Amino acid sequence: MLSIRNIVKQYASQRALDDVSLEVKQGQVFGLLGPNGAGKTSLIRIINQITAPDSGEIYFKGEKLNPSHIEHIGYLPEERGLYKKMEIGEQILYLARLKGLSSAEAKKRMKYWFEKLEIQTWWNKKIEELSKGMQQKAQFIATVLHEPELLILDEPFSGFDPVNAEIIKNELLELNRKGSTIILSTHRMESVEELCDSIALIHKSHKILDGEVKAIKKAYRNNTYFLEYEGPKFAVNGNAPFQLLSEAATDDGFLLQLKTNDSDMNATLQYFLPHVRITRVQEVIPSMNDIFIEKVNQLG
Amino acid sequence: MNKILLIIQREYLSRVRKKSFILMTFLVPILFIGMYGLIIYFVMNSDEMADKKTVIVADDSGLFKNKMENTASIKFQYATNSYADEKQKLTKSEDEQLYLLHIPADVKNVELLSAKKSGASTISAVENQLSTVMQNERLRNAGIDTAVLAKAQEHIDVSAKQITAEGEKDAGTFMAYGIGFVTALLIYMSLFIYGAQVMRGVIEEKTSRIVEVIISSVKPFQLMLGKIIGIGMVGLTQFLLWIILTIGLTTVGSAVLMNGQKMDKNKTEALMKSTTSGAAMSAANGGTEITMTAGSKQEMGMKIMQQLNAVPIAYTVTMFLFYFLFGYLLYSAIFAAVGSAVDNETETQQFMLPVTLPLIFTFILSMNFVINNPDSNISFWLSVIPFTAPIAMMIRIPFGVPVWQLALSMSLMVAGFLFTTWLAARIYRVGILMYGKKVNYRELGKWLFYKE
Repeated sequence: MLSIRNIVKQYASQRALDDVSLEVKQGQVFGLLGPNGAGKTSLIRIINQITAPDSGEIYFKGEKLNPSHIEHIGYLPEERGLYKKMEIGEQILYLARLKGLSSAEAKKRMKYWFEKLEIQTWWNKKIEELSKGMQQKAQFIATVLHEPELLILDEPFSGFDPVNAEIIKNELLELNRKGSTIILSTHRMESVEELCDSIALIHKSHKILDGEVKAIKKAYRNNTYFLEYEGPKFAVNGNAPFQLLSEAATDDGFLLQLKTNDSDMNATLQYFLPHVRITRVQEVIPSMNDIFIEKVNQLG
Repeated sequence: MNKILLIIQREYLSRVRKKSFILMTFLVPILFIGMYGLIIYFVMNSDEMADKKTVIVADDSGLFKNKMENTASIKFQYATNSYADEKQKLTKSEDEQLYLLHIPADVKNVELLSAKKSGASTISAVENQLSTVMQNERLRNAGIDTAVLAKAQEHIDVSAKQITAEGEKDAGTFMAYGIGFVTALLIYMSLFIYGAQVMRGVIEEKTSRIVEVIISSVKPFQLMLGKIIGIGMVGLTQFLLWIILTIGLTTVGSAVLMNGQKMDKNKTEALMKSTTSGAAMSAANGGTEITMTAGSKQEMGMKIMQQLNAVPIAYTVTMFLFYFLFGYLLYSAIFAAVGSAVDNETETQQFMLPVTLPLIFTFILSMNFVINNPDSNISFWLSVIPFTAPIAMMIRIPFGVPVWQLALSMSLMVAGFLFTTWLAARIYRVGILMYGKKVNYRELGKWLFYKE
């Protein structure tokens, strides 16, 4: 769908992107992660053809990225804004027509979206009369109205209250099911785990990690488990097939965190089975947040 | 191309639909005609309007008795009592229009006494009359005949004629002066007004952050050009409406006025013609009228009409629209670049000076120098350099400009507009995406050489 190859972008004094390559597959929800100032926005602007890279190439569905692709891309920037004095209906219509939609078609789709997001009574209101959440909804409609094949959203949930964030999240998932590929730039890791199929981590203008979320998590697991048992305390002796990381008393027993010597839990279970009544065993999977922090800290 | 039209349409409609635009469009011509009408009314009725003053002449010299001539506003009476008595009477009197003129026997230290401060016009009228009477008296004493005197005081009118290939025609210097002044002033003001609108529009888009959404659909250059053209069309619409409304209102107004004043057919036609030149012309007309109150009303009216006929109206209006349009395009591109480089309006000041300085400089120089020396070297250069040409050339046009100079100036205008637009676009494309950075001239210079 989108193939980014060896992109370099240099601003006067700093390098915003250094040899960044990415592959976004058709139908994916792709998370673009990284601390502030890592180069995410620069990359997004290049994909949107707002700026051009110094070197490197981008291919959109196999074709070299060119202005005709603008109509197939929808972009929601992080810093949102609309004309304050313009009526909301007129404004979305204007933005849709700039994306190449006919006036009649745009109006038809606007009706659908206004009803869906329950803002049909706001058509003739000026932006400055709307609440921040309403403005965000309006901007969201403007982003998706031309039914782009590729949606690029920069921090889409910032500024939404939890209810509206949920609505927008569900709309995104529905668009994704209907076939839109989505690039999500964010540093909110819980939305990454929930939504993204693949991610790329950008740090100090370099890509330091990318791949499918599942694979990355697998790669980052470190044989750490929770084990909980009922009954009196069982003293762990020296030749156990694991390292004990922590031990804490619960209402009717103990909760241990341990790191096994093997890549699985079997030997450890065998060690405990004759002595205690096990109630729960769970692998500790690192969250994307942990991986993110670990990776960034590693590189300093 | 289609997208730039959409942008122009939005910029145009969102401004033309504003209440302030509609208000300005109707209010300005009405105010203007009102002012014009008032001036005409005052000039025509000045005699009736002025207060009737009575000046009691206490003449100790005996030279002035019965020699002062009553005018429309001043009536002379000759004191029957002594100066001291009259002075006492004046002190008690509550009549503010009562004056006492005291002429001592040696005609030195003449005094004009009144209850309130005397108006300058009254003083000068009295002074003039006294001087004339004294002059005549001295001349007569020297043995010069009264008849010779009367002959000697003939008024001579100079009418400037310009020799052209078609023969002589009225030079219409007064009118040229007025038209040059008003059209240059209009261009000067509109460059500021509409240029600032472009700048504010750019800043609005930048601070509201909508610019990022828009330039993910169109090129920054298209957005900038669309805005400039859209606002330029608002300016043209405004001028056009003003001209049409002014013509309409003056036609109605003068028809009403004609009924009262019973002007002959020739004059009416001439006045109708004069109205077609619209706002600019009418102002010049009004201005000239004030300066010419010396002549009799009839003569004055004829003179104005003659001078107006000497002005090629279509040519002047066309030139005005050309220099407004290209002057606007040239300057508004710079205004757009300035708007793109800053985060809010207060920061614009450091960049505004180099933009406004040439404008103010030209304006002052034009009003003081070019208008008096329209064919001098300096005037020539000012009227061909694109940054100063819109104002300086408008001053020169009513006086007549050689075709080659006009052609040179106009082509340089077009070239200048292309140059500033190119320059501005390079700054603009970088500036609109740059936030929270204090920008200086060196930074702007670097932006010029950024790649896409």
